[in-house]
Amino acid sequence: MDFRDTPEEAAFRAEVRAWLEANGQKRTRPDEVFGEGLDDAAKLAAAKAWQAKKAAAGYAAITWPKAAGGRGGTAMQQVIYQQEEAAYLVPGMIFEVSIGMGLPTVMTWAAPELKARFLRPGLAGEEIWCQLFSEPGAGSDTGGVRTRAVRDGDDWIINGQKVWTSGAHFCDYGILLTRSDWDKPKQEGLTMFIVDMKAPGVEVRPIHQMSGDAEFNEVFFTDVRIPDSYRLGPECGGWKVMLSTLMQERLSVGGNLPTDLHAHLIALAQQCAWDERPAIEDDRVRARIADAYLQQKGVELVIARGLTAISKGKAPGPEMAITKLVAAKTMQDIAAFAIELAGPEGLLGFEALGGDWRYMQRLWLGSPGARIAGGTDEILKNVIAERVLGLPGEIRSDRKVPFRDLESA
Amino acid sequence: MNFDFSDDQRLLQDAVRTMLAETSTSQAVREVLEGRASHAEAVWHNLIEMGAAAAAIPEQYGGAGLGYLALCLVAEEAGRHLAAVPLASSFYLAAEAIQRAGSEAQKQHWLPKIASGEVVATAALGSRERYRPAAPLAFDGQTLTGASPALVDGGIAGLAVLRVGDDLVLVELAGTGVSRNPLPSLDPTRPLAELRFDRTPAERLAGANCAAVASRVLDGAAVLLAFEQVGGATCILEATRDYSLERKAFGRQIGSFQAMKHKMAEIYTAIELARVHAYYGAWALSSDAPELPRAAAAARVAATRAYTVAAEEGIELHGGIGFTWEMDCHLHYRRARHLGQIIGSEHAWRARLADELIKEAA
Repeated sequence: MDFRDTPEEAAFRAEVRAWLEANGQKRTRPDEVFGEGLDDAAKLAAAKAWQAKKAAAGYAAITWPKAAGGRGGTAMQQVIYQQEEAAYLVPGMIFEVSIGMGLPTVMTWAAPELKARFLRPGLAGEEIWCQLFSEPGAGSDTGGVRTRAVRDGDDWIINGQKVWTSGAHFCDYGILLTRSDWDKPKQEGLTMFIVDMKAPGVEVRPIHQMSGDAEFNEVFFTDVRIPDSYRLGPECGGWKVMLSTLMQERLSVGGNLPTDLHAHLIALAQQCAWDERPAIEDDRVRARIADAYLQQKGVELVIARGLTAISKGKAPGPEMAITKLVAAKTMQDIAAFAIELAGPEGLLGFEALGGDWRYMQRLWLGSPGARIAGGTDEILKNVIAERVLGLPGEIRSDRKVPFRDLESA
Repeated sequence: MNFDFSDDQRLLQDAVRTMLAETSTSQAVREVLEGRASHAEAVWHNLIEMGAAAAAIPEQYGGAGLGYLALCLVAEEAGRHLAAVPLASSFYLAAEAIQRAGSEAQKQHWLPKIASGEVVATAALGSRERYRPAAPLAFDGQTLTGASPALVDGGIAGLAVLRVGDDLVLVELAGTGVSRNPLPSLDPTRPLAELRFDRTPAERLAGANCAAVASRVLDGAAVLLAFEQVGGATCILEATRDYSLERKAFGRQIGSFQAMKHKMAEIYTAIELARVHAYYGAWALSSDAPELPRAAAAARVAATRAYTVAAEEGIELHGGIGFTWEMDCHLHYRRARHLGQIIGSEHAWRARLADELIKEAA
């Protein structure tokens, strides 16, 4: 048992650290984000410039084969890079779908000329990808998509609506899950495509989130033409393609929490009073701080177990699902408790209450989304129950019925 | 990054598991539960013979010298199989106190006897919560007089390490003026007894700063007990899962109902969090890291919570059958309570964890 790097890992970490120091900008506040103060266009330009630099240095796709433009490195190297990069102001979300989902799907399923066309510009950040799976009627139940793909000569014509598409407003291409056969059961009539997000008939509308941000979009498709050569995988093979896309996430180790969360809670409790005494002296407050640490450190240590598997060249198991489950709810609980400490005044926005409160207030408003994105708490509990504990799957009435005969269709 | 045990340590764990599966059966545990035995003799014999119980005692004192990581995995298996043996009292508490505070002569004399099972030892190192004022124990430098608090395995122990004021006192229980008073226990598989002394010959453990030693020994015990708790919690969760796949109601396996699935997923989550905190505690204990007080308290709280929840909900998810004497559910319910309180409660350790965190943040 040893938390230290192996000599090879340490050498790689030193190399990464030196590169980041020379090229990156360190975070000054825990909740500082990339491009604060820049307008959207300038932020996007800065993000693309960063990605180009990262790709040129060989850090954009560490685990990809060299032939595809990657580094041919190990999953552990990828993890080390992410650990080191976390201290820096980098455009986190913008390229995540490109590198993590879109391009790997292209790599697995597209024809050689399309790979040659898309992989390099995608890695370098010149083109950005989004993922178009969810629909208003197909959230956790992704197999229920209704966006229609109809064959027309060498093209397909697409009509329908997608939702929760991160970054669609600045993306160039997307991987699109459609229904091409309504006579087959739910998951058997789906086909996956590459779609040009700038094509005629694609309309992107931002979703205004409860947190005030707008990271997601609705995307409407009206008679959008896609050449058959942009099809990923066989006709009606879309479900399998989608699973392969999601499998890319297997090496990621689930949810995460800022490691200084309990320290932040302590700092706020030291500023608040309870019966004219510092709240930090109240035993009930102290007990909550201990519980916050147990959850937060617990997630960190479960991840350390996942990393141990990666370090040994194995994939982390489905038990990693607990990290996201615990992390998101813990974030919500800790943030709500921190806000509570200030009593009625705690209801003030941080602009009035003080900058120290910004972090917890942002977590509080963001955590409901974190509990849903990437699998709701309820879906994750099913995953744990079925895939880890071996309990039976849910009873389903939609497995063998042609999709057009389902009530939901 | 290698946050796991070594292959050799896992091999020892497998051997202990195989042995316990054969010997620490429900029937063997019930011999103690129902008062026909003071402890599971065959289990104890095997744990000693394999060198498993004395894993953390150095070879020079008759132990196996395998270290704390090995002992942690032995503890996990003991917990999983509800081993009704004086492992914690002899090895996590008494032997540790002697190792950390004993003179060379005291170590040379007692540790080999404990390691070989010749002597069962027990200890009372103090806890923050208390129901009644402690019966006064008086130590005059040579003899001990008064009554001990309730001691696990006090009925069979030949040696006790007792905290008396600012001293840790070593008292041989075959000496003059010792009487034993067995007491009823909520977990009869871990029997309690009070010891009374009347000018019984005793000696001080030589090491200075008894409070620091006691605290250090309790931190180690917290980690080791956390492994027992994780083992026990895993066992009852698995039994509950198996039963839910077997039992049918409303035309389905009851384990197919989402209310049951989600509750088991929550128990599993609590256990996995406890497991990683226990692992972290094991790392801190085995490497003598400065993080030990925090890591031990976290392991203790998380594991106590996990075993308590797993045992309580294990009965609930079994339904009526889980409430019967014949089912082993109540053995876990009792053991979870015993392990969760024997070196101080979840509440006390949570307070200690908060103290450590706030101290570190300052």
